Amino acid sequence: MEGLIQTIVLAPFVSVALLFLLRRQLPKSAAAVIGCGAVLVPFLCTVAAFFQFDGTPVTATLTQWMTGSVLNVPLAFRLDQLSLTWTLVVTGIGFLIHVYSVGYMHEDPSFVRFFTYLNLFVGSMLCLVLGDSMVLLFLGWEGVGLCSYLLIGFWFDEEENAKAGQKAFVVNRIGDLGFLVAMVLVFKQFGTLNIADVNAMAAAQAATLDPTLVTSIALALFVGCCGKSAQLPLYTWLPDAMAGPTPVSALIHAATMVTAGIYLVARMSIFFAMSPTASTVVAVVGCATALFAATIGLRQRDIKKVLAYSTVSQLGYMFLALGIGAYTAGVFHVITHAFFKALLFLGAGSVIHALHHEQDAMRMGGLKKYLPITHKTFLIGSLALAGIAPFAGFFSKDKILGAALYSHGLPQLLGVFGLITALMTAFYTFRLYALVFHGEERFGHGAHGHADHGAHADAGHGHGAHDHAKPHESPLTMTFPLMVLAVLAVLGGALSLPHFAHFDMLGKFLEPIFAPAYAVLGAPHEHSVAQELGAMLVSLVLAVGGAWYGFSKFSEGPGKQAEHSTKGLPFLLENKWFVDEIYNVLVVGPMRALSHLAGFFDRLVVDGLVNGVAGMVRSAGGWIRMMQNGALHTYALLFILGAAYLAIVLL
Amino acid sequence: MASKKESCVGSHILSLITFLPLLGALVVALLPRGGHAALRGATLVFSLANLLLSLTVFGVDPSGGMSFKESAEWIPTLGISYGLGIDGIAMPLVILACLVVPICIATTHHLRDPSRLKEYLVFLLLMETGMVGVFCATDLVLFYVFFELTLVPLYFLIGMFGGEKRIYAAFKFFLFTAAGSLPMLVSILYLLWSYKQSHGAWSASIADLRTMSLTTPEQMWVFGGFALAFAIKVPMFPLHTWLPDAHVQAPTGGSIILAAVMLKLGTYGFIRLGIPLLPQAAQAYATPLLVLAVIGVIYGSYLAWAQDDLKKLVACSSVAHMGFVMVGLFAFDKDAVRGAMLQMLNHGISTGALFLLVGAIYERRHRRGLDDFGGLARVAPGLALALIITSMSSIGLPGLNGFVGEFMIIAGTFKTQPLFAVLTALGVLLGAIYMLQMVRRVCYGKPKSEEAKHLTDITPTEKLAFAPLLILMFWIGLKPDFLLDKIGPAVDAALLALGTTP
Repeated sequence: MEGLIQTIVLAPFVSVALLFLLRRQLPKSAAAVIGCGAVLVPFLCTVAAFFQFDGTPVTATLTQWMTGSVLNVPLAFRLDQLSLTWTLVVTGIGFLIHVYSVGYMHEDPSFVRFFTYLNLFVGSMLCLVLGDSMVLLFLGWEGVGLCSYLLIGFWFDEEENAKAGQKAFVVNRIGDLGFLVAMVLVFKQFGTLNIADVNAMAAAQAATLDPTLVTSIALALFVGCCGKSAQLPLYTWLPDAMAGPTPVSALIHAATMVTAGIYLVARMSIFFAMSPTASTVVAVVGCATALFAATIGLRQRDIKKVLAYSTVSQLGYMFLALGIGAYTAGVFHVITHAFFKALLFLGAGSVIHALHHEQDAMRMGGLKKYLPITHKTFLIGSLALAGIAPFAGFFSKDKILGAALYSHGLPQLLGVFGLITALMTAFYTFRLYALVFHGEERFGHGAHGHADHGAHADAGHGHGAHDHAKPHESPLTMTFPLMVLAVLAVLGGALSLPHFAHFDMLGKFLEPIFAPAYAVLGAPHEHSVAQELGAMLVSLVLAVGGAWYGFSKFSEGPGKQAEHSTKGLPFLLENKWFVDEIYNVLVVGPMRALSHLAGFFDRLVVDGLVNGVAGMVRSAGGWIRMMQNGALHTYALLFILGAAYLAIVLL
Repeated sequence: MASKKESCVGSHILSLITFLPLLGALVVALLPRGGHAALRGATLVFSLANLLLSLTVFGVDPSGGMSFKESAEWIPTLGISYGLGIDGIAMPLVILACLVVPICIATTHHLRDPSRLKEYLVFLLLMETGMVGVFCATDLVLFYVFFELTLVPLYFLIGMFGGEKRIYAAFKFFLFTAAGSLPMLVSILYLLWSYKQSHGAWSASIADLRTMSLTTPEQMWVFGGFALAFAIKVPMFPLHTWLPDAHVQAPTGGSIILAAVMLKLGTYGFIRLGIPLLPQAAQAYATPLLVLAVIGVIYGSYLAWAQDDLKKLVACSSVAHMGFVMVGLFAFDKDAVRGAMLQMLNHGISTGALFLLVGAIYERRHRRGLDDFGGLARVAPGLALALIITSMSSIGLPGLNGFVGEFMIIAGTFKTQPLFAVLTALGVLLGAIYMLQMVRRVCYGKPKSEEAKHLTDITPTEKLAFAPLLILMFWIGLKPDFLLDKIGPAVDAALLALGTTP
């Protein structure tokens, strides 16, 4: 078992080293085999570990990291129900996306570099998930951030892409400060950063721990989550992150990395369970983000931007679930979302690939007949995202909404907002689906829209070699992952069926993880069959209604939305509520101005003052300079004077 | 208690690594001026030999005491001795000092005045003697002599080989340092005199001086003298303004030495002398020093962000990073001080490497504006990769060296000074901002001019110079224990004086 864990963590890093060292020698095919193998091996090991796993967490220690201090941090990896779940998702979906990338990136001159970064990402993500201490988790946390930065700016010749990468890193660092503060608070209180120990101590001391401290720890952690998982007010980097190649958007910015925040809250759920304040904050922020991002998703034109805002919105759902204590439902949604959102992004990549970097849905349409596999799988992904039964998203979303609606007070209200979000989600999903695959063919007229989309366009594949006349289906390396993910998006809901079905594999499996939290919170509510059916019916009606409306409105074409709107709510939505602009004016601008002020102040005031004093000294010592013109001589003289002084004093 | 017997039986390794460079300087001075290869070769042989020898001090006593002790009478009437010794605090700094000298030799192919290569190399070796000596001295007067000795060669390195405003920069550097040295000398003399008063005999041994107890007001004055000298060296806000000028004007080698080793004389002085000799005063001064240190972290970061000049940006980042070290030092927490010791080294490695790379970029086009380049990752991918990794080390990415130091400082400081710890943590965010915008402007986008499109990629010499620093970044990042095991007990010993005071 230890061997399996070590292989899981080390395989991607070994591959990174290989790919880096042999980057000039390796042919693409070999790089592809190594790159994909480095994720397949951990996946197979995880599956093997899953079948060997007997419910007792296993820790595998590689070596010590920091021990020459009171801070005792080994490089140790812990496999338990939660990390096992995440590892399966990361390696499983990660593998599919690696395979897809072989096709998607095959003409990119930086093919090997791409796989190096992608493997480094998987390795870091596994460190994050499996790390047994908060420091190791943080190592992975920052590592995935680095990879995200490198991959968003993968086509760094465009300055815009590099800027998007930088934005992602810096905004995430704001969150990381929260994580850092949480760690030092934990370290000060518990004297260790080993997660299992900290959780156990917190659970044992539940009655005596200072509530303010618990809330502080939980909130500081959540600040970190807001950065990594793109929640209000730190979500703005994620839509920009779409500048990266589309497989990256699927893997990092939809299926895995952005769920790290949910993982962290789930991992440390005891702290949130002990702090009603922190939990409320999590629920409200999650719900607000879900709603807010969904409104923006309604009017986006760029296929990847719609999916990006939808990711932000779905992550909001997951935090809503965690905030109201429906931990398993939150994790469930992470899994189903990974299936269908990776599917949708990869489908979008296939479309973009077929249309030679076109990302504007207004310039698509009618692709159904050209891209049959992409079309069918994208439809399945859309049904799942919209929350239509029996696709995976329906079950997980319903679990969250059901838990919210059948509680009392604020969560109930949040549940209502969740329903409104569900309606909007179904609408924008099928708006996108209709714009891309139905209606008249709007692509290929004149230029490919590079003029206005050049900076954002996926430029990963070659130019000129394609037949520009007709889009054609992607190669098998790309369609195979789509089909596998489509199957998962259909069947994923079976992991945790509604309560009355008495089939909740995931819930049972995760029970030991959340038991301490539920010991504090009290057992989750049991809903009656009627209640469950009622919630399912309401959310299904809304989803179907929204989807139908979205589809029927745009199945002929974008209509008036082909033009940019210039006023009113559509204008605000199309421009993302101007949040980036507001941040620029309120935060970025003043910060930058402050730095220039500091530069100015330093030259004129600090240096001026010091130089003034120096000038006085210099004029006072003018006679020395008259005697000698080099400063060294002045110094030597002073030194001799000093020595003489020393002699006089001492003798 | 320096006994003569010990010096007879004990090894003379510290003397050897202190004075071998001096011998090298003499040899190089006697070589003909025109033979550049011979000059470089001789210097390289001496400095590499010294680096190898210096590795033996890695075997320093892990229990925290002084190892490799040497002692000989020097001015017995005044109790001044030639005392050398090394502990876990000084050990990494000595090795670092010996490491950067060969690296600096690799940067001498682009001197402003190639005909004076010989002087450059002589000064470099003289620097090495001063730097190693100051970290090994166990006698206060000897410490002072070496401390001052480092000043002269660096002054000439900047003044003779620097940029357009080198005279201004060199003079400013000299003046600042001299302004600190004199009060320090007075403090030293006062300490010696007080020792004579209380013990009836002269001694300048730091170990002896630790046994003496001064009243708090006395300590305050004496500490003030030391603190001024050290704070200028660190440099702490608002005494930092000499540093950007010195760095910008200094030749690449001068900048590397300045960043990697010279700034550490300040923080080393605090841990070796200020805190153990004058514990009450150190505690009394802690809050003001912490305030200045935190200002340094934040203000230095903002300054760095404002710069359009690569060298100036790195110089200002030094102010911020050394602020981190000072926070850790004066948090008086064992973890924080350990972190501070490690961070001194990390700063030397990362910032030394940054100056090496920035110098390499500068030498290609004689420009160092952030917006003079662009697209370096396409034009010179090796150089860009080195710059990016070093930047990540500098901003404390976990897995690389900077994180371990920063994290230990923040986590340790939080135990004793939570407010300062949180404020210091802001430096982590600001560091990412100014370093990444530098990386973006230099490495990404398209080349901003025709010249920027054709730059030589990293040369084998540059690779060789960069490699040891790169290895250390990863090694310390992933396995800091090999140093922390030695640093830890020495820190405990240095902080012992604080424990006895309320």
